Amino acid sequence: MVAISGNDTGSYGDDKPSFFARWFYSTNHKDIGTLYLIFGIISGLIGGFLSFMMRMELGEPGIQFFTNEHQYLVFVSMHGLIMIFFMVMPALIGGFGNWFVPIMIGAPDMAFPRMNNLSFWLLPTALICLLVSFVLPGSASGDGFGGGWVMYPPLSTSGSPGPAFDFIIIGLLAAGFSSIFGAINFITTILNMRAPGMTMHKMPLFAWSVLVTAFLLLLALPVLAAALFMLFTDRIDGGTGFFDPARGGDPQMFQHLFWFFGHPEVYIMILPAFGIISHIVSTFSKKPIFGYLGMAYAMVAIGVVGFVVWAHHMYTIGMDVNLKAYFLAATLVIAVPTGVKIFSWLATMWGGSIRYTIPMQWALAFIFLFVIGGVTGVVLANAGVDTALHDTYYVVAHFHYVLSMGAVFGIFAGFYYWFGKMFGIMYNKFLAAAHFWLFFIGVNVIFFPQHFLGMNGMPRRYVDYPADFELWNHVSTMGAMITLLGVVFFFLMLIEAFIVRRKVGDNYWGEGATTLEWTLSSPPPYHQFNTLPRIDEDPTEHDADKMH
Amino acid sequence: MRFLKAILGGSAIAGLSAFAAHAQDVVGRPSEGGMWFQKPATPVMEQLQDVHNLVFVIICAIVVLVVSLMLYIMIRFREKANPVPSKTSHNTMIEIVWTIAPVVLLLVMVVPSMQLLYYQDRLPETEMTVKVVGNTWNWQYSYPDYEDIDEIISNPLDETQAQEEGVPYLLATDAPLVVPVGTKVKVLVTSVSNMHSWAVPSFGVKMDAVPGLVNETWFEVYEEGTYYGQCSEICGIRHYFMPVEVRAVSQADFNQWVANGGSFTEAVADNSENQTTSGVATLAARD
Ligand code: HEM
Ligand SMILES: [Cu+2]
Ligand SMILES: [Cu+2]
Repeated sequence: MVAISGNDTGSYGDDKPSFFARWFYSTNHKDIGTLYLIFGIISGLIGGFLSFMMRMELGEPGIQFFTNEHQYLVFVSMHGLIMIFFMVMPALIGGFGNWFVPIMIGAPDMAFPRMNNLSFWLLPTALICLLVSFVLPGSASGDGFGGGWVMYPPLSTSGSPGPAFDFIIIGLLAAGFSSIFGAINFITTILNMRAPGMTMHKMPLFAWSVLVTAFLLLLALPVLAAALFMLFTDRIDGGTGFFDPARGGDPQMFQHLFWFFGHPEVYIMILPAFGIISHIVSTFSKKPIFGYLGMAYAMVAIGVVGFVVWAHHMYTIGMDVNLKAYFLAATLVIAVPTGVKIFSWLATMWGGSIRYTIPMQWALAFIFLFVIGGVTGVVLANAGVDTALHDTYYVVAHFHYVLSMGAVFGIFAGFYYWFGKMFGIMYNKFLAAAHFWLFFIGVNVIFFPQHFLGMNGMPRRYVDYPADFELWNHVSTMGAMITLLGVVFFFLMLIEAFIVRRKVGDNYWGEGATTLEWTLSSPPPYHQFNTLPRIDEDPTEHDADKMH
Repeated sequence: MRFLKAILGGSAIAGLSAFAAHAQDVVGRPSEGGMWFQKPATPVMEQLQDVHNLVFVIICAIVVLVVSLMLYIMIRFREKANPVPSKTSHNTMIEIVWTIAPVVLLLVMVVPSMQLLYYQDRLPETEMTVKVVGNTWNWQYSYPDYEDIDEIISNPLDETQAQEEGVPYLLATDAPLVVPVGTKVKVLVTSVSNMHSWAVPSFGVKMDAVPGLVNETWFEVYEEGTYYGQCSEICGIRHYFMPVEVRAVSQADFNQWVANGGSFTEAVADNSENQTTSGVATLAARD
């Protein structure tokens, strides 16, 4: 590899644009990555506020905080949409993807920098549309859209006639196009702009994960866009009737379209986290990743199989039993590549020399929590058993274990891992550890009891519940308070780090950190790789060759 | 499901049932602070729990395996204990093993799981039919087999009513669906406006009510009693406020109820005090 020296502006003689041009017309992948991360944090605060209010409401039976039940449903729906489209996806794909994919493959920037800028700026526009919907008439029951993040008609058509939902459709279409443009950009960059010697089978796993994710986005999001557009025209007076049985339509068709997007979407949210965890585990075990090719192709397999399992979200709609049997079997198959990932992480650590840094703590917690979320997924895959658990809190527990704890732990792991690289400074370890432990304990206290609630029969999206469910709801709400405290420490950590500014070196993790970003300064120069690096020696090389 | 229990092994079953015992001392409704399924009231729910328990034992084993492996690695290979990392990054044998082993586990669970699925979904020869319509926001029941019985509109009791009658708020209704025990009942479920889902946890029944479509499911209740459920598909502002109440009575009582044109005798209809646990026992006594 070529040694790259110098930092910030100096060495390459390229000037940073003025403040406005730099942050509003940004075409630099690192600046855009930073914008995405800031955007993700802001959306996370909004989505987090919504969920905290829900948990406060559910702390005891009765209706305490919400002016009416519709408002609760609005919070539920918007929490889901905002966390998925405006927090997890921007942070993982837009944030870390933009920052590190070009660097890891030895490229100077993304393939289409201006399109990259468009991808980003569509998102705040989209978020504003969603936020505006809060104060627009939704249904006869009040302002805002309360039909759930799945937006099933007829509740989202005749059931929500007001303009609130139209704004959500427009917002989600904008967010969808943002992701499609982003996906095109990543695919082009990864396929065409790898440095000399950086073959596909030498490419770091994070780049692999983003590549697979980009293909999922490219194939899944147009289907969502079509479904949303059909909802839109169905909602117009005298418009279409795709999903309206009175006009020959079929409301279940929407569910198929939605989940054809929706299941790949859940993997869109977790695959980049898989990539990040692989890097962290390898770095702090000071070992190359175990079974590199297996890891890469497990992600490909998950991506492919992920497109043929969607109806496991629809076991109770009255589908033909043979179809259910198929979806049951296909869904179980996904557990196999997922298992390969887990075991390969453990094998990477085996024989290693493990350092328990903050990012490694998040990564280990990720593995543990993802296993729990994964195995409850296996329970739910059994269509017969799912009859009892579908649309109960058990499902809520399942997907929060894989998302709030899987994807979000992946985000925090990556954030602490690359914090020094992105901003050139080190966080305070005490504040970071407090953030980690409060968060880890908090989310477990929130979500583990929800398995009990679900088995005992508590349906999801309920503003009030029979008194028998009080105990575990109460516990869950206390977990939310612990988590909130953890979030406070996250911001304290940020503030402290940017005030104190402890400078870090190029490769502050040392021996185990072998990907290209560690050959650059921290933060990297405004434009890196004016001379492309050559990849001759690579830790995964021998490994990959052996497989052939 | 005898072979299932054999697979599970006595001790695992015993442990599970002890865990579940607390949860299952009430019938037909969630138990206070419960951590497990409601007590099964139908053969389908019984089999569902058996399959769940089999899967549950397997997933617990997986979690225990992964966690203990992780803890072992974390201690054995910490920097202090193992300062020089190995460079192994490959072992074909082990990679094959950890691909095949999960496949075997999945095959173990897929057979009973498929049996359950078909048992639950394929309607047996049913002996009577009830029709369930989801309205925004209440349930409407009718009995196509019995012309004399009017449609029943089942509205939830409000908090004071429920307290007065000593029945659980957000579960109890003013007019339950009445069915005989020991009878295979076919349920036709549909909706007129928004989607809903007709669900009774202790029956292992959950069927979406979709406008323009009539879905079918079935149940056969073992014992007399009152069984509660809740709407399980988001349907708007009163989603949380359209519970399902099913009263299972003896065949004789059911015939009487039909003969009365869909009502119990006066005295019984008013006396709902003991209905939570065994309203029907009172009913039988008074008749
Ligand atoms: C071992 C792998 C997995 C299996 C077998 C699995 C299976 C399932 C099944 C069957 C459901 C439907 C439950 C129901 O609604 O009744 C479900 C729901 C869900 N899963 Fe998974 N899952 C797995 C992993 C994941 C991962 C990795 C994610 C995301 C990171 C995820 C996110 C979700 C979400 C968001 C839902 C609920 C969607 C909703 O209804 O709002 N799952 N899963
Ligand atoms: Cu899915
Ligand atoms: Cu409902």
